[in-house]
Amino acid sequence: MSAAAVLAVVVGAAAAKGELTGDPKAGEAIYARCFACHALAYNRTGPKHCGLLGRRAGSVAGFEYSAAMKRANWVWNRQTLDRFLADPLKAVPGTTMGYAGVKDRQERADLIAYIEQAGRSEVCRAR
Amino acid sequence: MSSRIQSPDASLSLASDAPNLETRRSFLGKSGLVLSGAAVALLAGRDVLAKGNRPAGSDVNVLNSALGAELEAIAAYQVGAESGLLQKPVLNLAVTFQGHHKEHADVLTKTIIKLGGQPVSAKEKYTFPVETLKTQSDVLRFAAMLEKGAVSAYLGAVPVFENRDLAKAAASILGDEAMHWAILRNALGDAPVPAAFMS
Ligand code: HEC
Repeated sequence: MSAAAVLAVVVGAAAAKGELTGDPKAGEAIYARCFACHALAYNRTGPKHCGLLGRRAGSVAGFEYSAAMKRANWVWNRQTLDRFLADPLKAVPGTTMGYAGVKDRQERADLIAYIEQAGRSEVCRAR
Repeated sequence: MSSRIQSPDASLSLASDAPNLETRRSFLGKSGLVLSGAAVALLAGRDVLAKGNRPAGSDVNVLNSALGAELEAIAAYQVGAESGLLQKPVLNLAVTFQGHHKEHADVLTKTIIKLGGQPVSAKEKYTFPVETLKTQSDVLRFAAMLEKGAVSAYLGAVPVFENRDLAKAAASILGDEAMHWAILRNALGDAPVPAAFMS
Protein backbone atom coordinates (compact mmCIF):
# COMPACT_ATOMS: atom_id res chain seq x y z
CA MET A 1 0.00 0.00 0.00
CA SER A 2 1.28 3.46 -0.80
CA ALA A 3 1.78 5.99 1.95
CA ALA A 4 -1.13 7.97 0.59
CA ALA A 5 -3.40 4.92 0.71
CA VAL A 6 -2.35 4.15 4.28
CA LEU A 7 -3.09 7.71 5.19
CA ALA A 8 -6.47 7.51 3.51
CA VAL A 9 -7.32 4.33 5.42
CA VAL A 10 -6.20 5.87 8.71
CA VAL A 11 -8.10 9.08 8.08
CA GLY A 12 -11.11 7.07 6.96
CA ALA A 13 -10.97 4.98 10.11
CA ALA A 14 -10.74 8.07 12.27
CA ALA A 15 -13.71 9.58 10.49
CA ALA A 16 -15.67 6.36 10.86
CA LYS A 17 -14.92 6.29 14.57
CA GLY A 18 -16.13 9.86 14.67
CA GLU A 19 -12.95 11.52 15.81
CA LEU A 20 -12.84 15.20 15.05
CA THR A 21 -10.00 17.60 15.57
CA GLY A 22 -10.92 20.21 18.12
CA ASP A 23 -9.92 23.85 17.88
CA PRO A 24 -9.20 25.15 21.39
CA LYS A 25 -9.74 28.76 20.35
CA ALA A 26 -13.27 28.00 19.17
CA GLY A 27 -13.72 25.86 22.28
CA GLU A 28 -12.90 28.78 24.55
CA ALA A 29 -15.94 30.67 23.26
CA ILE A 30 -18.13 27.59 23.74
CA TYR A 31 -16.84 27.24 27.30
CA ALA A 32 -18.66 30.52 28.11
CA ARG A 33 -21.82 28.36 28.17
CA CYS A 34 -20.48 26.65 31.26
CA PHE A 35 -19.73 29.89 33.18
CA ALA A 36 -22.97 29.89 35.14
CA CYS A 37 -21.77 26.83 37.02
CA HIS A 38 -18.10 26.08 36.38
CA ALA A 39 -14.67 27.67 36.64
CA LEU A 40 -11.36 26.14 35.70
CA ALA A 41 -9.63 26.63 39.01
CA TYR A 42 -12.28 26.39 41.72
CA ASN A 43 -15.51 24.61 42.58
CA ARG A 44 -18.78 26.48 42.04
CA THR A 45 -22.23 25.00 41.42
CA GLY A 46 -20.22 22.48 39.40
CA PRO A 47 -16.73 21.11 40.11
CA LYS A 48 -13.54 22.76 38.85
CA HIS A 49 -12.21 21.70 35.47
CA CYS A 50 -8.45 21.99 36.06
CA GLY A 51 -7.09 18.43 36.03
CA LEU A 52 -10.27 17.06 34.44
CA LEU A 53 -8.56 14.95 31.77
CA GLY A 54 -7.32 11.79 33.44
CA ARG A 55 -9.25 12.08 36.68
CA ARG A 56 -12.05 9.78 37.79
CA ALA A 57 -15.60 11.07 37.40
CA GLY A 58 -16.90 12.54 40.62
CA SER A 59 -13.56 12.73 42.39
CA VAL A 60 -12.77 16.38 43.21
CA ALA A 61 -12.27 16.61 46.95
CA GLY A 62 -14.64 19.02 48.66
CA PHE A 63 -17.24 18.98 45.88
CA GLU A 64 -20.58 17.40 46.67
CA TYR A 65 -21.40 15.20 43.69
CA SER A 66 -24.64 13.37 43.05
CA ALA A 67 -24.72 9.69 43.98
CA ALA A 68 -25.05 9.01 40.24
CA MET A 69 -21.80 10.80 39.37
CA LYS A 70 -19.94 9.17 42.23
CA ARG A 71 -21.09 5.81 40.91
CA ALA A 72 -20.12 6.58 37.31
CA ASN A 73 -17.16 4.33 36.93
CA TRP A 74 -14.92 6.02 34.41
CA VAL A 75 -12.01 8.32 33.89
CA TRP A 76 -12.49 11.56 31.97
CA ASN A 77 -10.87 11.45 28.54
CA ARG A 78 -11.94 12.70 25.12
CA GLN A 79 -14.34 9.80 24.59
CA THR A 80 -16.04 9.87 27.98
CA LEU A 81 -16.29 13.67 27.87
CA ASP A 82 -17.75 13.54 24.39
CA ARG A 83 -20.39 11.07 25.54
CA PHE A 84 -21.23 13.01 28.71
CA LEU A 85 -21.33 16.46 27.13
CA ALA A 86 -23.57 15.28 24.28
CA ASP A 87 -26.34 14.49 26.79
CA PRO A 88 -25.36 14.68 30.46
CA LEU A 89 -28.71 13.52 31.85
CA LYS A 90 -28.72 10.47 29.61
CA ALA A 91 -25.04 9.61 30.09
CA VAL A 92 -25.36 9.84 33.89
CA PRO A 93 -29.02 9.44 34.83
CA GLY A 94 -29.54 11.24 38.13
CA THR A 95 -26.73 13.74 37.60
CA THR A 96 -27.27 17.16 39.14
CA MET A 97 -25.83 18.83 36.05
CA GLY A 98 -29.21 19.89 34.70
CA TYR A 99 -28.10 20.81 31.23
CA ALA A 100 -29.20 19.52 27.83
CA GLY A 101 -25.65 19.28 26.53
CA VAL A 102 -23.65 20.40 23.52
CA LYS A 103 -25.33 18.71 20.59
CA ASP A 104 -22.91 19.63 17.80
CA ARG A 105 -20.03 17.15 17.45
CA GLN A 106 -17.55 19.73 16.22
CA GLU A 107 -18.46 22.08 19.06
CA ARG A 108 -17.88 19.25 21.54
CA ALA A 109 -14.48 18.49 20.01
CA ASP A 110 -13.56 22.18 20.21
CA LEU A 111 -14.77 22.43 23.80
CA ILE A 112 -12.81 19.35 24.87
CA ALA A 113 -9.70 20.65 23.08
CA TYR A 114 -10.05 23.89 25.05
CA ILE A 115 -10.50 22.12 28.40
CA GLU A 116 -7.42 20.00 27.62
CA GLN A 117 -5.37 23.06 26.71
CA ALA A 118 -6.61 25.08 29.68
CA GLY A 119 -5.55 22.21 31.95
CA ARG A 120 -1.95 22.91 30.97
CA SER A 121 -2.30 26.69 31.33
CA GLU A 122 -0.96 28.97 34.05
CA VAL A 123 -4.35 29.11 35.81
CA CYS A 124 -4.36 25.36 36.28
CA ARG A 125 -0.67 24.84 36.91
CA ALA A 126 -0.91 27.22 39.87
CA ARG A 127 -3.29 24.80 41.57
CA MET B 1 -5.18 32.94 43.15
CA SER B 2 -8.71 33.71 44.14
CA SER B 3 -9.86 35.15 47.40
CA ARG B 4 -12.75 33.76 49.33
CA ILE B 5 -15.46 36.21 50.02
CA GLN B 6 -17.94 36.08 52.82
CA SER B 7 -21.34 36.20 51.28
CA PRO B 8 -23.46 38.90 52.84
CA ASP B 9 -26.30 37.78 55.03
CA ALA B 10 -28.72 40.36 53.76
CA SER B 11 -28.78 38.98 50.27
CA LEU B 12 -29.26 35.42 51.42
CA SER B 13 -31.99 35.67 53.98
CA LEU B 14 -34.80 35.09 51.48
CA ALA B 15 -33.44 31.88 50.09
CA SER B 16 -31.72 30.09 52.94
CA ASP B 17 -33.94 30.74 55.89
CA ALA B 18 -35.93 27.52 55.88
CA PRO B 19 -37.58 27.91 59.30
CA ASN B 20 -39.07 31.20 58.16
CA LEU B 21 -40.74 29.68 55.15
CA GLU B 22 -44.24 30.22 56.43
CA THR B 23 -43.56 33.87 57.17
CA ARG B 24 -41.99 34.19 53.80
CA ARG B 25 -44.94 32.63 52.05
CA SER B 26 -47.35 35.02 53.64
CA PHE B 27 -45.00 37.90 52.95
CA LEU B 28 -44.78 36.91 49.32
CA GLY B 29 -48.49 36.40 49.16
CA LYS B 30 -49.01 40.02 50.09
CA SER B 31 -46.27 41.44 47.90
CA GLY B 32 -46.37 41.76 44.15
CA LEU B 33 -43.81 38.99 43.64
CA VAL B 34 -46.42 36.32 43.09
CA LEU B 35 -47.60 38.08 39.96
CA SER B 36 -44.35 37.68 38.03
CA GLY B 37 -44.55 35.62 34.85
CA ALA B 38 -42.27 32.95 36.23
CA ALA B 39 -44.25 32.66 39.42
CA VAL B 40 -47.46 32.22 37.47
CA ALA B 41 -45.91 29.47 35.43
CA LEU B 42 -44.56 27.84 38.56
CA LEU B 43 -47.95 27.90 40.19
CA ALA B 44 -49.26 26.07 37.17
CA GLY B 45 -46.75 23.36 38.09
CA ARG B 46 -48.94 22.57 41.06
CA ASP B 47 -51.71 21.29 38.79
CA VAL B 48 -49.35 18.78 37.33
CA LEU B 49 -48.67 17.52 40.83
CA ALA B 50 -52.32 17.49 41.77
CA LYS B 51 -53.08 15.21 38.83
CA GLY B 52 -50.53 12.79 40.23
CA ASN B 53 -48.34 13.33 37.21
CA ARG B 54 -45.29 13.81 39.36
CA PRO B 55 -42.33 15.24 37.48
CA ALA B 56 -39.27 13.06 37.42
CA GLY B 57 -36.61 13.79 40.02
CA SER B 58 -34.49 15.22 37.27
CA ASP B 59 -36.69 18.36 37.22
CA VAL B 60 -35.72 19.03 40.82
CA ASN B 61 -32.05 18.52 39.93
CA VAL B 62 -32.30 20.97 37.07
CA LEU B 63 -34.08 23.53 39.27
CA ASN B 64 -31.47 23.07 41.97
CA SER B 65 -28.50 23.67 39.71
CA ALA B 66 -30.24 26.82 38.44
CA LEU B 67 -30.86 27.85 42.05
CA GLY B 68 -27.20 27.32 42.92
CA ALA B 69 -26.17 29.60 40.07
CA GLU B 70 -28.74 32.26 41.04
CA LEU B 71 -27.55 32.28 44.66
CA GLU B 72 -24.00 32.74 43.48
CA ALA B 73 -25.06 35.61 41.19
CA ILE B 74 -26.74 37.34 44.14
CA ALA B 75 -23.50 37.10 46.11
CA ALA B 76 -21.48 38.27 43.08
CA TYR B 77 -23.62 41.40 42.66
CA GLN B 78 -23.24 42.07 46.37
CA VAL B 79 -19.46 41.95 46.01
CA GLY B 80 -19.72 44.28 43.00
CA ALA B 81 -22.02 46.70 44.80
CA GLU B 82 -19.75 46.80 47.85
CA SER B 83 -16.52 47.02 45.85
CA GLY B 84 -16.65 50.81 45.65
CA LEU B 85 -15.81 50.42 41.95
CA LEU B 86 -19.31 50.98 40.59
CA GLN B 87 -20.53 54.54 40.03
CA LYS B 88 -24.15 55.53 39.66
CA PRO B 89 -26.10 54.86 37.46
CA VAL B 90 -24.26 51.56 36.94
CA LEU B 91 -24.45 50.86 40.66
CA ASN B 92 -28.25 51.17 40.50
CA LEU B 93 -28.33 48.70 37.63
CA ALA B 94 -26.33 46.19 39.64
CA VAL B 95 -28.69 46.51 42.58
CA THR B 96 -31.74 46.13 40.32
CA PHE B 97 -30.29 43.05 38.63
CA GLN B 98 -29.39 41.55 41.98
CA GLY B 99 -33.03 42.05 42.98
CA HIS B 100 -34.15 40.07 39.93
CA HIS B 101 -31.81 37.23 40.84
CA LYS B 102 -33.27 37.23 44.35
CA GLU B 103 -36.75 36.89 42.85
CA HIS B 104 -35.55 34.04 40.60
CA ALA B 105 -33.94 32.28 43.57
CA ASP B 106 -37.07 32.68 45.62
CA VAL B 107 -39.39 31.27 42.97
CA LEU B 108 -37.00 28.37 42.30
CA THR B 109 -36.75 27.59 46.02
CA LYS B 110 -40.50 27.53 46.43
CA THR B 111 -40.98 25.40 43.36
CA ILE B 112 -38.40 22.84 44.49
CA ILE B 113 -40.17 22.57 47.84
CA LYS B 114 -43.50 22.24 46.07
CA LEU B 115 -42.12 19.36 44.02
CA GLY B 116 -40.99 17.63 47.20
CA GLY B 117 -37.29 18.41 46.69
CA GLN B 118 -34.69 19.88 48.97
CA PRO B 119 -33.53 23.28 47.72
CA VAL B 120 -29.81 23.96 47.90
CA SER B 121 -28.97 26.83 50.19
CA ALA B 122 -26.48 29.58 49.59
CA LYS B 123 -22.88 28.73 50.35
CA GLU B 124 -21.33 30.48 53.30
CA LYS B 125 -18.45 31.50 51.10
CA TYR B 126 -18.10 31.95 47.37
CA THR B 127 -14.90 32.19 45.42
CA PHE B 128 -14.71 35.12 43.01
CA PRO B 129 -11.70 36.21 40.97
CA VAL B 130 -11.47 39.46 42.94
CA GLU B 131 -7.80 39.94 42.07
CA THR B 132 -8.87 40.60 38.48
CA LEU B 133 -11.60 43.07 39.46
CA LYS B 134 -9.85 46.44 39.63
CA THR B 135 -12.10 48.81 37.72
CA GLN B 136 -15.78 49.35 37.02
CA SER B 137 -15.28 47.75 33.60
CA ASP B 138 -13.72 44.64 35.18
CA VAL B 139 -16.74 44.26 37.44
CA LEU B 140 -19.18 44.79 34.57
CA ARG B 141 -17.31 42.30 32.38
CA PHE B 142 -17.41 39.72 35.15
CA ALA B 143 -21.13 40.32 35.67
CA ALA B 144 -21.75 40.09 31.91
CA MET B 145 -19.92 36.77 31.80
CA LEU B 146 -22.10 35.39 34.59
CA GLU B 147 -25.28 36.65 32.94
CA LYS B 148 -24.32 35.15 29.59
CA GLY B 149 -23.52 31.90 31.37
CA ALA B 150 -26.91 32.03 33.07
CA VAL B 151 -28.67 32.46 29.71
CA SER B 152 -26.80 29.40 28.39
CA ALA B 153 -27.63 27.42 31.51
CA TYR B 154 -31.36 28.17 31.23
CA LEU B 155 -31.21 27.45 27.52
CA GLY B 156 -29.75 24.08 28.44
CA ALA B 157 -32.49 23.56 31.03
CA VAL B 158 -35.51 24.35 28.84
CA PRO B 159 -35.38 21.14 26.75
CA VAL B 160 -34.74 18.79 29.66
CA PHE B 161 -37.69 19.66 31.89
CA GLU B 162 -40.30 16.91 31.99
CA ASN B 163 -42.84 19.50 33.08
CA ARG B 164 -43.49 21.99 30.28
CA ASP B 165 -44.60 24.67 32.76
CA LEU B 166 -41.15 24.56 34.26
CA ALA B 167 -39.62 24.92 30.80
CA LYS B 168 -41.76 28.01 30.30
CA ALA B 169 -40.69 29.42 33.66
CA ALA B 170 -37.03 28.81 32.78
CA ALA B 171 -37.53 30.61 29.47
CA SER B 172 -39.09 33.52 31.31
CA ILE B 173 -36.03 33.82 33.56
CA LEU B 174 -33.76 33.36 30.53
CA GLY B 175 -35.34 36.42 28.90
CA ASP B 176 -34.63 38.54 31.97
CA GLU B 177 -30.99 37.44 32.15
CA ALA B 178 -30.48 38.08 28.44
CA MET B 179 -31.66 41.65 29.04
CA HIS B 180 -29.16 42.02 31.88
CA TRP B 181 -26.42 40.75 29.59
CA ALA B 182 -27.32 43.21 26.82
CA ILE B 183 -27.49 46.18 29.21
CA LEU B 184 -24.15 45.28 30.78
CA ARG B 185 -22.56 45.02 27.33
CA ASN B 186 -24.07 48.37 26.44
CA ALA B 187 -22.63 49.93 29.62
CA LEU B 188 -19.23 48.52 28.60
CA GLY B 189 -19.49 50.09 25.15
CA ASP B 190 -19.73 46.67 23.47
CA ALA B 191 -22.39 45.85 20.88
CA PRO B 192 -25.31 45.16 23.21
CA VAL B 193 -26.82 42.38 21.12
CA PRO B 194 -23.93 40.76 19.25
CA ALA B 195 -25.81 37.90 17.58
CA ALA B 196 -29.24 36.75 16.48
CA PHE B 197 -29.09 33.55 18.53
CA MET B 198 -27.98 32.67 22.04
CA SER B 199 -26.13 29.41 22.63
C1 HEC C 1 -26.53 24.55 35.49
C2 HEC C 1 -25.20 24.36 35.99
C3 HEC C 1 -24.20 23.68 35.06
C4 HEC C 1 -23.88 24.00 33.77
C5 HEC C 1 -24.48 25.11 32.90
C6 HEC C 1 -22.82 23.11 33.38
N1 HEC C 1 -22.52 22.25 34.41
FE1 HEC C 1 -21.13 20.76 34.40
N2 HEC C 1 -21.68 20.20 36.26
C7 HEC C 1 -22.63 20.82 37.02
C8 HEC C 1 -22.84 20.07 38.24
C9 HEC C 1 -23.82 20.41 39.35
C10 HEC C 1 -21.97 18.97 38.18
C11 HEC C 1 -21.85 17.81 39.17
C12 HEC C 1 -22.79 16.73 38.62
C13 HEC C 1 -23.07 15.56 39.53
O1 HEC C 1 -22.49 15.44 40.63
O2 HEC C 1 -23.92 14.73 39.12
C14 HEC C 1 -21.25 19.08 36.91
C15 HEC C 1 -20.29 18.16 36.48
C16 HEC C 1 -19.57 18.28 35.31
C17 HEC C 1 -18.52 17.37 34.88
C18 HEC C 1 -18.01 16.17 35.66
C19 HEC C 1 -16.78 16.64 36.43
C20 HEC C 1 -16.18 15.71 37.44
O3 HEC C 1 -15.40 16.22 38.27
O4 HEC C 1 -16.47 14.49 37.44
C21 HEC C 1 -18.06 17.84 33.69
C22 HEC C 1 -16.96 17.24 32.83
C23 HEC C 1 -18.82 19.03 33.36
N3 HEC C 1 -19.72 19.26 34.36
C24 HEC C 1 -18.63 19.80 32.23
C25 HEC C 1 -19.44 20.88 31.86
C26 HEC C 1 -19.26 21.67 30.66
C27 HEC C 1 -18.13 21.48 29.66
C28 HEC C 1 -20.27 22.59 30.64
C29 HEC C 1 -20.59 23.63 29.56
C30 HEC C 1 -20.89 23.11 28.26
C31 HEC C 1 -21.07 22.39 31.82
N4 HEC C 1 -20.53 21.35 32.55
C32 HEC C 1 -22.20 23.13 32.15
C33 HEC C 1 -23.34 21.96 36.70
C34 HEC C 1 -23.33 22.57 35.46
